[in-house]
Amino acid sequence: MKPSPRTLVLFAVLALLAAVPTLAAAFNQPFYLDLFRRIMIFAIAAASLNLILGYGGMVSFGHAAYLGIGAYAVGVLAHHGIHNGWLQWAVAIGGSALVALVIGAVSIRTSGIYFIMITLAFTQMLYYMGISIEEYGGDDGIRVAKLSQFEGLIDLANPTAFYYVVLALLAVVLLLVHRLVNSRFGMVIRAAKSNDARTRAIGFSPYPYRLAAFVIAGAICGLAGALLVNQTAYLTPEFMNWTRSGELMFMVILGGIGTTAGPLFGAAALLLLEDLLQGWSLLPKLVHNFWQFYLGIVLVLVVLFAKRGLAGLLRGSKDGADG
Amino acid sequence: MAEPMLAVENLRKSFGALAATDGVNLEVREGETHAIIGPNGAGKTTLISQLSGTLRTDEGRIRFAGEDITELPAPERSRKGLARSFQITSIYREFTALDNVALAVQAHAGHSFRFWRPARADAALRDPARAVLEEVGLGARAELVAANLAHGEQRQLEIAMALATRPRLLLLDEPVAGMGTDESLRMVEFLATLKGSKTMLLVEHDMDAVFTLADRISVLVYGRIIATGRPEEIRANPEVRAAYLGEEA
Repeated sequence: MKPSPRTLVLFAVLALLAAVPTLAAAFNQPFYLDLFRRIMIFAIAAASLNLILGYGGMVSFGHAAYLGIGAYAVGVLAHHGIHNGWLQWAVAIGGSALVALVIGAVSIRTSGIYFIMITLAFTQMLYYMGISIEEYGGDDGIRVAKLSQFEGLIDLANPTAFYYVVLALLAVVLLLVHRLVNSRFGMVIRAAKSNDARTRAIGFSPYPYRLAAFVIAGAICGLAGALLVNQTAYLTPEFMNWTRSGELMFMVILGGIGTTAGPLFGAAALLLLEDLLQGWSLLPKLVHNFWQFYLGIVLVLVVLFAKRGLAGLLRGSKDGADG
Repeated sequence: MAEPMLAVENLRKSFGALAATDGVNLEVREGETHAIIGPNGAGKTTLISQLSGTLRTDEGRIRFAGEDITELPAPERSRKGLARSFQITSIYREFTALDNVALAVQAHAGHSFRFWRPARADAALRDPARAVLEEVGLGARAELVAANLAHGEQRQLEIAMALATRPRLLLLDEPVAGMGTDESLRMVEFLATLKGSKTMLLVEHDMDAVFTLADRISVLVYGRIIATGRPEEIRANPEVRAAYLGEEA
């Protein structure tokens, strides 16, 4: 089967991302290595949200919780002198999965606005917990002096090496989500999103499938959190702020809800736009000082006129197996 | 006599002060096509929803194939062989017709915690789904997105989904509702081909359809069954004529 335009663009974008370290070095602009690594980390987080929001219809307004759990797992272990990356990341992923299991078990019994409010409430609880624990810096946060250690394998302190680790993980996550949503499992959560009554009437009990999707999404986002704290070398409860959850949702919607490539497109578009609007001193002060306002306008336009976001502008594959 | 496929005893359901189902007793025998008729607001859809498990029952018992299913939720009833169609077409609009039916097959093919292989390349789901689509006459429309099918075809698709679960009892909630004359004739013809091989409980407004298809008819008025019998008995029943058929017969 011929790949769809959307799939081709996705591969082109991934190829471009692979070239970023070389280009950044050639033009002596290390800042871009940092920016694009950040974009890819958020793309991983957005891809995990897209799994439950885009395909499962679960509008989680608290997805930043798992960014936070992943970041705290790494930061707290490092604070206590445990720097083994395998252990840190395993705790980040496992801890996020566990928290997602608890939050999901409660919230998936509700739907609509209640689901949104419950997921938000749980995340606020974790956020205020982060703020109140003085040992880990409270609302100031603490520096993470030593990044996750993968001795003999890779050194994350090397920006380029870290960059390629993130790129590889992003590719794996995009593939994983793509396979998931087109598997039997994925068809159940998509069916339950499309028509819940019909899904029950033909014999599915959607709850365990939805919960499993919620846990998988939490685990993937936990990994993104572990990467993020290595990126910033700083642990702060701000990772769990509700505005962060909102940003993740924006990325999913802007990029194209329910598409494989969407979260990457959305994360890139949002963070590049943010960088452009607030950073470019050539822009008039009016733009510069109110960049969030202009960002808002772009989002409104996308929601109104491009329902499936940036990915929706490109034709996907015909059989609905989104590329 | 063998135990009926479906036995309903003293079934009740109230919404506030309104008794929508008010002590219904009903038997559907294996292999028969049983129709429930009644004026608007008689409680037909409420009864179907109680039977399929989408509405909880206040009181009374439902036995299906010798088993008490009163407390079972809808998905489990489906897995036991009870399939339903909805009065308002209920399909997966953004999926293809084949996807729709394949999902119904999948729901009855063990658990779906299978995360890697593409479901759309799975012959164990696609082949039986295709066969059912052929059976209902939608074979040529398999790859179309369900939302783009004609209304009558969408109703056929719904029946196909029900059939794909290989049910022992089909609950059909107004299968010809909103159809044109031709479409509705074709649907009745199709349902007639299922007669005998499938046990069916049919709720329908269209009297032509009912009298063509039904072996027995029950008349529901204000949540109560006022008569059950063969079509000619029902036609002749004075109580039924007064309550319902009066203006039509």
